[in-house]
Amino acid sequence: MAMSQIDSAAVKTAQPLVDSAVSVRNVSKKYGDVQALKDLSLEFPKGELTSLLGPSGCGKTTLLKIIAGLLPHDSGQIEVGGKTVTGPGPDRAFVFQDFALLPWANVLRNAAFGLELRGVAKSEREAIAEKYIREVGLAGFENKFPHQLSGGMRQRVGLARALSVNAQVLLLDEPFSAVDEQTRRKFQEDMLALVANEKKTFIFVTHSIEEAVYVSDQIAILLPRPSRVSEIIRPTSFRGKGVENIRRDSEYLDIVDEIWASLRSYVE
Amino acid sequence: MNNRPLLLKLLSAALVFGAWEIAGRIPISYAFPTFIESMTALLSMMGDGSIFLAYAETLKPLVLGLVISAFFGIGIGLWIGLSARFEWLFGPIFIVMQTAPLAALIPILVMVYGIGLTSKVFVVCVMAMPVIVLNTSGAVRNTPQSIKDMAKSFLASDRDVLVKIIIPAASPIIFSGLRLGVSAGFIGAILAELKITPTGVGDIISYSRSVADYPSMYAAIFSIILLAVIFLNLLEKLENYMFEGNNRGYVSD
Ligand SMILES: Nc1ncnc2c1ncn2[C@@H]1O[C@H](COP(=O)(O)OP(=O)(O)O)[C@@H](O)[C@H]1O
Ligand SMILES: [Mg+2]
Repeated sequence: MAMSQIDSAAVKTAQPLVDSAVSVRNVSKKYGDVQALKDLSLEFPKGELTSLLGPSGCGKTTLLKIIAGLLPHDSGQIEVGGKTVTGPGPDRAFVFQDFALLPWANVLRNAAFGLELRGVAKSEREAIAEKYIREVGLAGFENKFPHQLSGGMRQRVGLARALSVNAQVLLLDEPFSAVDEQTRRKFQEDMLALVANEKKTFIFVTHSIEEAVYVSDQIAILLPRPSRVSEIIRPTSFRGKGVENIRRDSEYLDIVDEIWASLRSYVE
Repeated sequence: MNNRPLLLKLLSAALVFGAWEIAGRIPISYAFPTFIESMTALLSMMGDGSIFLAYAETLKPLVLGLVISAFFGIGIGLWIGLSARFEWLFGPIFIVMQTAPLAALIPILVMVYGIGLTSKVFVVCVMAMPVIVLNTSGAVRNTPQSIKDMAKSFLASDRDVLVKIIIPAASPIIFSGLRLGVSAGFIGAILAELKITPTGVGDIISYSRSVADYPSMYAAIFSIILLAVIFLNLLEKLENYMFEGNNRGYVSD
């Protein structure tokens, strides 16, 4: 297949070039009898956005939660910024698929909640949260409650909360899957700006091939049974061409097609 | 916006009282007084102060029992909700307590604690506590995993998770347990006065029945219902004050 040329070339050039913000080495995880991850290794380069792409049930959420320190793994090692992960830490912030906002708290308190838990004084944490609320485009909604917001706006609050704690690594679990298509496109454009401005490492779980190719510096394709990293793809040519042109770029279209070719056999 | 529910409440009260008046006039039973007769009896008991003396007596076991039930009920409920082992140990006791017929327990309570205040407080607690415990523990166990995970990922301590996540998330159900517990506690207080020793409002009820003064009997019953309604409304005010977000709806998707 055409695929194998791209991916073997990509795998060879990808890893030694940049230093890693997050290293996953030989990690395995079982839920009872279900082998969710088996001997999985993956490097996440600093300052880049890496997507984890794969059919549902291949262990994307499991891997992300293990990196977050929310879930123990059975064997192997995770390092974030050179330090071994043993639990949640200030160097990582999570954006949840279902937003995980506090329904009884307004936008401002939700966005400042990470800082509240770290014991930052109220005026200080609210100033920081306000800045990020503005950055994600929610200025003016500080006193609204989650149920008064659309799904897209709720996820922006989740994003502001994660940005406010100034963690070096952002872990996003299908952040836009509960959001309508137009909002989702806007989000994807905003993500590109965020990656460029924030100088953080993003680990982004998605099941949308187009989304992964659109936003990623690096795409890791995960396959189930046994769960493994099957390919690592690094798009090269279209990143600098401006957000309007990406979807028409021939490399973009080729990569989307090739990923689909390799995933289609896993779709039931 | 705020006046409509009040208007509806007044309307439904007027309907009930009207029906009561008509039923009393037919009459459906010689032992069933009209609304106006009952209210007159209530006013005369208020005039000579006897009803207030009765409440001073009735409120003692009631308030004491409710405070104990709320405090320990919520405490034990939180504990059962948080610890599977504790639930295994104590959960069944409260389920049995909630389903057991209280009247059957009263002789045992009297045997152990005599006929004084202690027994009456116990009756109120036995009535009020199980539903508070069971609601609290159920609500704690049903706290969405994802907001607990969220708090942990942002470095919450176990105490933070309890105070900032579990309790606020569980508070609507805890309060509905409290409301049910308070209603049950009122029943318990009157039952204790009817079954153990006739004192307070229970005494008015049993005495007026024995001398066929039905208006006074119904006046006493009416007053206890009124008091319970006022009490439940105050509890709702407290809930809205403590957990402002509770009446703002929940994020479902
Ligand atoms: N808490 C759990 N208990 C048991 N099995 C689980 C649990 N969470 C996930 N799994 C299983 O582990 C596998 C990977 O799940 P997950 O990481 O959620 O995949 P993805 O996010 O890629 O859809 C699936 O087969 C799933 O059924
Ligand atoms: Mg998932």
